[in-house]
Amino acid sequence: MSIFEYNGSALVAMVGKNCFAIASDRRLGVQLQTVATDFQRVFKIHDRLYIGLSGLATDAQTMYQKLVFRHKLYQLREERDMKPQTFASLVSALLYEKRFGPFFCQPVIAGLGDNDEPFICTMDCLGAKELAKDFVVSGTASESLYGACESMYKPDMEPEELFETISQALLSSVDRDCLSGWGGYVLLVTPTEVQEKILKGRMD
Amino acid sequence: MPLTYDREALFDRFPLASKSKNLSHLFDPRKDIPKSSFGVRMVKMTDLPTKGGFSFDLCTRNQMLLDKGVQMPPFRKTGTTIVGLVFQDGVVLGADTRATEGPIVADKNCEKIHFMAPNIYCCGAGTAADTEAVTDMVSSQLQLHRYATGRESRVVTALTLLKSHLFSYQGHVSAALVLGGVDVTGPHLHTVYPHGSTDTLPFATMGSGSLAAMSVFESKYREGLTREEGIELVAEAICAGIFNDLGSGSNVDVCVITKGQTEYLRNYQLPNPRTYISSKGYSFVKGQTEVLSTKITPIQSKVQTVEGGDAMEE
Repeated sequence: MSIFEYNGSALVAMVGKNCFAIASDRRLGVQLQTVATDFQRVFKIHDRLYIGLSGLATDAQTMYQKLVFRHKLYQLREERDMKPQTFASLVSALLYEKRFGPFFCQPVIAGLGDNDEPFICTMDCLGAKELAKDFVVSGTASESLYGACESMYKPDMEPEELFETISQALLSSVDRDCLSGWGGYVLLVTPTEVQEKILKGRMD
Repeated sequence: MPLTYDREALFDRFPLASKSKNLSHLFDPRKDIPKSSFGVRMVKMTDLPTKGGFSFDLCTRNQMLLDKGVQMPPFRKTGTTIVGLVFQDGVVLGADTRATEGPIVADKNCEKIHFMAPNIYCCGAGTAADTEAVTDMVSSQLQLHRYATGRESRVVTALTLLKSHLFSYQGHVSAALVLGGVDVTGPHLHTVYPHGSTDTLPFATMGSGSLAAMSVFESKYREGLTREEGIELVAEAICAGIFNDLGSGSNVDVCVITKGQTEYLRNYQLPNPRTYISSKGYSFVKGQTEVLSTKITPIQSKVQTVEGGDAMEE
């Protein structure tokens, strides 16, 4: 059994028109037993930058704490928030530092950069960045998510349509994966507001 | 057990401590805080950001997991076709654009031709994180070297930096590279293997699709190719890798380096377009997804400008 299948996770981020959405499932399991149905995988770094961490839950939480620490130091030195591209390089460097004894987590980073330009990126557990212009996926349900997003994604979607698309892609993919699901959590960020929604899904 | 710096007591408990006669290895050079007699640091490692290089502190935990039967995850590899050839005025490099994670295509259009210097580019195959990290690192070292010497970088400099880094990690940094560039001594093309060996060649291929691409080069390469012939031959070799090797796919990237000029032709050919997509696409009605709860937070801009404030008093 792979280390990534110990807790189970599903994460997806999509780009819309001057907005982005990042969504995750809510299950925390210990192999085949479910331990929690409200587990948080998407974390806020600052108002316009979010990171989702899939894989081993303990490594995801440790990684998040290290990143918040580094970002706070950056804010104190530079007196501003980090740009998404810079943050992606920081995450990549932190992961590659542990090249021969890695953290077992795969991040999905989503943020609004300059001129409200949405930025998404994912990495493997060693920090190899993949900058995509449409969507990025991660987690045990990633194979289904690739297929669902590939068919359902359209460029330049408005926030409401983007929300519907990402929710449908997430729910349909986690239904085909035993280790993720138990509801969904979608975070939609536009230049003016942040919407967090909890989705109703199959609880099996 | 009280703190003790008595040498004899330490040597009894920790035979390794006898290696350094003045116990300097037990003192942290960054902060002059001595360790306790149990060899436990009184200041935690996480207090300071690290100074660079690899950190091995999770290795014990990961080894324990491996011993318990947990499999290591597959890293993102660039099961690849990368090629390079020397033509009459310089060097042409080519690469496909597929990044795989096991059998799944993780990225359909990734960049495998990395910048090293304005006159030197490097294609990378192997573990994606390793090729990116090692080319970024050597690129920074070359920039610092340029500042120090005031001269254009030479290809052999990049080659030596790469091979010495890879050799020192004994092949565990899994990066197989095709390095090409033009400097004052002329055009150069080299291959670098993960264990640190290098070859200097007039034409070279690496990656899982290297045999397919090499078959094209061996039949059609000759010395003194023109620029157009060189680009066409490289594109043909990459296409051979794309269509015949399952680890390579998507598009062809080409980079042409000549004396004084470099042209990076990103997505030079797109032989695999998505033709099956329906123009309608999926459309979801608003409210189709069942939502249990919603929370909306407005984003406040942190800088508030005050228009037309009172003028300052003299």
